[in-house]
Amino acid sequence: MLRLVFFAPALLLVLLFVAYPVFATIGVSLFSSDGSFVGFGNYGTVLGSPDTANLNGFPKPPPYGTLIHNAIWIGIHLPLSLFLGLWLALVLRDVKGASWIKTAIFIGMVTPLIVGGILMLYLYDGNIGVVPSFFNLIGVQSLATGWLQHPVTLLFGLIFGSVWLWTGFSLIVYSAGLTTIPKDYWEAAKVDGTSTFRMFTRVTFPLLKPMTIVVITMTILWELKIFDLVFGATNPQGGVGGAADVLGLQMYRYAFVQLPANVGAAAAVATFLSILTMVATVATLRYMVKR
Amino acid sequence: MIHVFAWALAIAWLFPFVGLLMASFRPIPEIIGGWWNFGQFSPTLDKFGSAFSKIGTGLGNSVLIAVPGTLIPMFVATLAGYGFARFSFPVRDYLFLTIVLLMTIPQQMVAIPIFRIMLGLGLANTVSSLILLHSAWGLPWIILFMRNFISSLPKEVEEAARVDGASDFKVFFRIVLPMALPALGAVAVLQFMWVWNDFFFAVLLCPATVSCMPATVALIRTIGRFEFDPGLLAAGSVLVMLVPVAMYAVLQRYYIRGMVGWTIKG
Repeated sequence: MLRLVFFAPALLLVLLFVAYPVFATIGVSLFSSDGSFVGFGNYGTVLGSPDTANLNGFPKPPPYGTLIHNAIWIGIHLPLSLFLGLWLALVLRDVKGASWIKTAIFIGMVTPLIVGGILMLYLYDGNIGVVPSFFNLIGVQSLATGWLQHPVTLLFGLIFGSVWLWTGFSLIVYSAGLTTIPKDYWEAAKVDGTSTFRMFTRVTFPLLKPMTIVVITMTILWELKIFDLVFGATNPQGGVGGAADVLGLQMYRYAFVQLPANVGAAAAVATFLSILTMVATVATLRYMVKR
Repeated sequence: MIHVFAWALAIAWLFPFVGLLMASFRPIPEIIGGWWNFGQFSPTLDKFGSAFSKIGTGLGNSVLIAVPGTLIPMFVATLAGYGFARFSFPVRDYLFLTIVLLMTIPQQMVAIPIFRIMLGLGLANTVSSLILLHSAWGLPWIILFMRNFISSLPKEVEEAARVDGASDFKVFFRIVLPMALPALGAVAVLQFMWVWNDFFFAVLLCPATVSCMPATVALIRTIGRFEFDPGLLAAGSVLVMLVPVAMYAVLQRYYIRGMVGWTIKG
């Protein structure tokens, strides 16, 4: 029984400040602002709201709604950061001073994401921004304006900016993964005269599968939960016309910014977001077990 | 060839950070059209002085929150991690799995009840509320990390000590804790970084009170973004990111060990 002391403090803190609030949020999501029970009504309202999904008249510039924005985020950010990190990990094996390069790229991972958001101002500002200045330099005037002031460049600018901040993660995980593969594998393949590309698709990439699963899971979770970056780069509304609005921000705005607050809808957004993260985690974990 | 390219890419990767740095210590008119214009170059530390006077309290609060917000969950989670690794009891694995699954929950999922609980406890707008919350929030991943690490340690020493009549606590404090120090180093740097960098919980529990707001919130609230002074905001941002970046530069191997060990073993 004395052994309970090992678990008691942890269980107490987790129950009070993590587990109970999770269930309480589900509870809140079932009630309307005036306190009447509405069942899944808030979910219907939220999912049917143009804040969440708004594709009427597509193709058109953003906003497309938070859910679609998060989906676009995953669609662009996941493959770009994953393959960029993997490619760098492969290339850097033979580069002198690779550890310095990895360090430089990993700085984005230790930077507070709210500062990451503020960095977007200095990256995309029309006057002093690195990106517009660069496009001005090479004579592409259409992209030499402030990116954050236009819905299209705002959304995609932030996504590309987040690739820049996050690529360090897949680089580090893949670099560590590559060190666990015995050199004999490549040497054997080389002796057989296998091409570099075939070697990658047939040997290296399959051997890196555990790392790929880790990178995919963690990256999707990161993309679903994205909040600070958008908040720092724009405002609680998600920038011009809400073009960079995301689920995390939508929840915060419903509960803590807009007047009157709509905690029921906010809790519904939070629960919905949690379901998405659960599905992503369980799907990848099952994949891992099947392996 | 590939060397040149890799190095060029790494340098290009740092361009936005250099841009922020340039904006923090050069007058803004000098860097219009790109920070690489050095026609005029008059560096000054003025902006850092005024930024520090605005967010100095915030930086102090960040330390006050992040130090206990790291040490408390480290200790609590190592106790539990040891329990999960070494004691067997019914429902142990389900309990462990549940705690691990809580790791994936977004912060938004607890925001409304946490806000109410802290109001109820009279802790709203205090540093203590953030210490408590971060201590609890850090537990799932640290329990997972420490349980995995302790499982990988040899049992023999513990068993020998037990034969000599040592209690569970003696075994934990005299044998397990010292052996776990390398893992605890990795936990410490990551948890400290996450608490320091956190913005959501901070803006939830201390959105507007200077006496409790950590540096991340102070940066937004006291320097602001609209009709803002770009030089001041840049200097403030540099100050806020200085601590995690400097820590990373010095303690790099712990970060890699923590990140990779935690993700791959997990």
